[in-house]
Amino acid sequence: MTADTAGEARIAEGAKRGAAADAAFRALTFLFALLVLLVLCGIIAALVVGALPALRTFGLGFIAADIWNPVREKFGALAPIYGTLVTSLIAMLIGIPIAFGVALFITELCPAWLKRPLATTIELLAAIPSIIYGIWGLFVLAPFVQEYVEPALIASLGELPGIGVLFAGPPLGIGVLTAGFILAVMVLPYISSIMRDVFETVPAVLKESAYALGATTAEVVWRVVLPYARVGVIGGILLGLGRALGETMAVTFVIGNSHHINASILQPGTTISASLANEFTEAVGDLYVSSLIALGLILFVITFIVLALAKLMLIRLQRQAGS
Amino acid sequence: MDLYARRRIINLAVMGLSALATAFGLLWLALVLCTLLANGIAAIGPALFTQTTPPPGSTGGLANAIFGTVAMTVLATLIGTPTGILAGTFLAEYARDSRFGEVVRFVNDILLSAPSIIIGLFVYEAMVVHMGHFSAWAGAVALAIIMVPVVVRTTEDMLRLVPDSLREAAAALGAPRWKVIVLVAYRAAVQGMLTGVLLAVARISGETAPLLFTALNNQFWSADLNAPMANLPVVIFQFAMSPYADWQTLAWGGALLITAAILVLSITARVLASWSSFKQ
Repeated sequence: MTADTAGEARIAEGAKRGAAADAAFRALTFLFALLVLLVLCGIIAALVVGALPALRTFGLGFIAADIWNPVREKFGALAPIYGTLVTSLIAMLIGIPIAFGVALFITELCPAWLKRPLATTIELLAAIPSIIYGIWGLFVLAPFVQEYVEPALIASLGELPGIGVLFAGPPLGIGVLTAGFILAVMVLPYISSIMRDVFETVPAVLKESAYALGATTAEVVWRVVLPYARVGVIGGILLGLGRALGETMAVTFVIGNSHHINASILQPGTTISASLANEFTEAVGDLYVSSLIALGLILFVITFIVLALAKLMLIRLQRQAGS
Repeated sequence: MDLYARRRIINLAVMGLSALATAFGLLWLALVLCTLLANGIAAIGPALFTQTTPPPGSTGGLANAIFGTVAMTVLATLIGTPTGILAGTFLAEYARDSRFGEVVRFVNDILLSAPSIIIGLFVYEAMVVHMGHFSAWAGAVALAIIMVPVVVRTTEDMLRLVPDSLREAAAALGAPRWKVIVLVAYRAAVQGMLTGVLLAVARISGETAPLLFTALNNQFWSADLNAPMANLPVVIFQFAMSPYADWQTLAWGGALLITAAILVLSITARVLASWSSFKQ
């Protein structure tokens, strides 16, 4: 009898210790999960505090002012914002169709044994660091663009009324178009890998029914796969856009860092991230530094909105696939 | 032309274009890698690993930058891995359907794609300004912050692949929850979690933008974590943008080195993942 109660006591003791250790472990993991939230709050707080002096001095007009004069301490964000949006737009115009083609090829066309190696190889494009794209863009792509692509663009599209201004000026190689093109190559693996995942969620029964009715592969993709996967495709595109907006080093190498808004995409420009990379450590004076941080804040707000939308789209797709 | 022929031609055109797009993607990878090899191989030699970065016009290597990159990557991994794994554990084991878990997951995914230069600005404001100088510590923290979301995400995904029956079996034997997680779930998911860590290391070892404002750069050999430290990406940036031919050669050498290291890491990670015991 006594042995039994001693045993029970030991078990109770063990359970109590186990429960205490459990609570401690749970609390530990909770703290680190909380840390993830705190990092985001910290980023927002640091950017807002750092940007305050500039926003106080220039007010909301900071966003719309096209001026960047460190000597006279007059700053406005319009040129970098414009450059960020235009380079990303070019990247999307080139990148989306290509990413779509790659995803289509891998999911619908290529033989099964080739799928995995091919997908992995395309994803390696995302593993190459941005600085490598930068150095490559500066020494290889920019001279090529200057020598062959831009003269051809100027001679053909540059002559047209209206859109001609987009392709005006001398061929420099360094400029908004080259930056946008490099961005397109960089976001390609992100967009295509999400499109691929999304295409694969389309139930085979749907596709088979369409094929059975005599549809061609192109028709199946256009009429069945795309409508079914629409939300996910948009999510993937937004995710790629978020990447393109904030991409720094590759753009810094080839955009030319000029704070002038130029209608021609062949001319140098700047983006928010390129301005930060080029000027931040050399900025003299609190107002200059603060203006650069304010640029960072604007970039963060833009990418946050784009990425949040992307995430919401992908969550919606998950629910749809789950139900 | 009849309807059938037209549909077939459209189909062929679409298929051809999509094959072309794939070839285009592969072409860029090949182009970048070939250029790196062609330009970088000239700089690879013993001097690259034994001498420090030279002033323009004299010979030298990248020893201090290589050391700095390795040191900061190791430090960042030591900070980022436990943080990411514990946070990922919380999401997978304690917060599967909770509102708080959903918020953390959402924020983590935003951080995963947030521009790395913003992380650099944050660490500059939070650490560099208060310390009064750039330092290797600040660089390592910035890299760790970039690393954490990757580890959180893969840890959670991998733990979720572990069948609940394993957890129930351990719990039925009387193991407390933490033992179930550490001794059973971790052990079952360890390959996948390791893959995540390797991918995260690959990602941070080439990051440049966050180091510009935190670790800065150092022309000389320095092992002081409280001082600015040289690192490959920033040296590549500085040397490639310079007008000196010998600096540019060194930049190519560094670029080749870093790309080779990252490709080896990513491919190892993928091979490891394909060995993983639980498939999605």
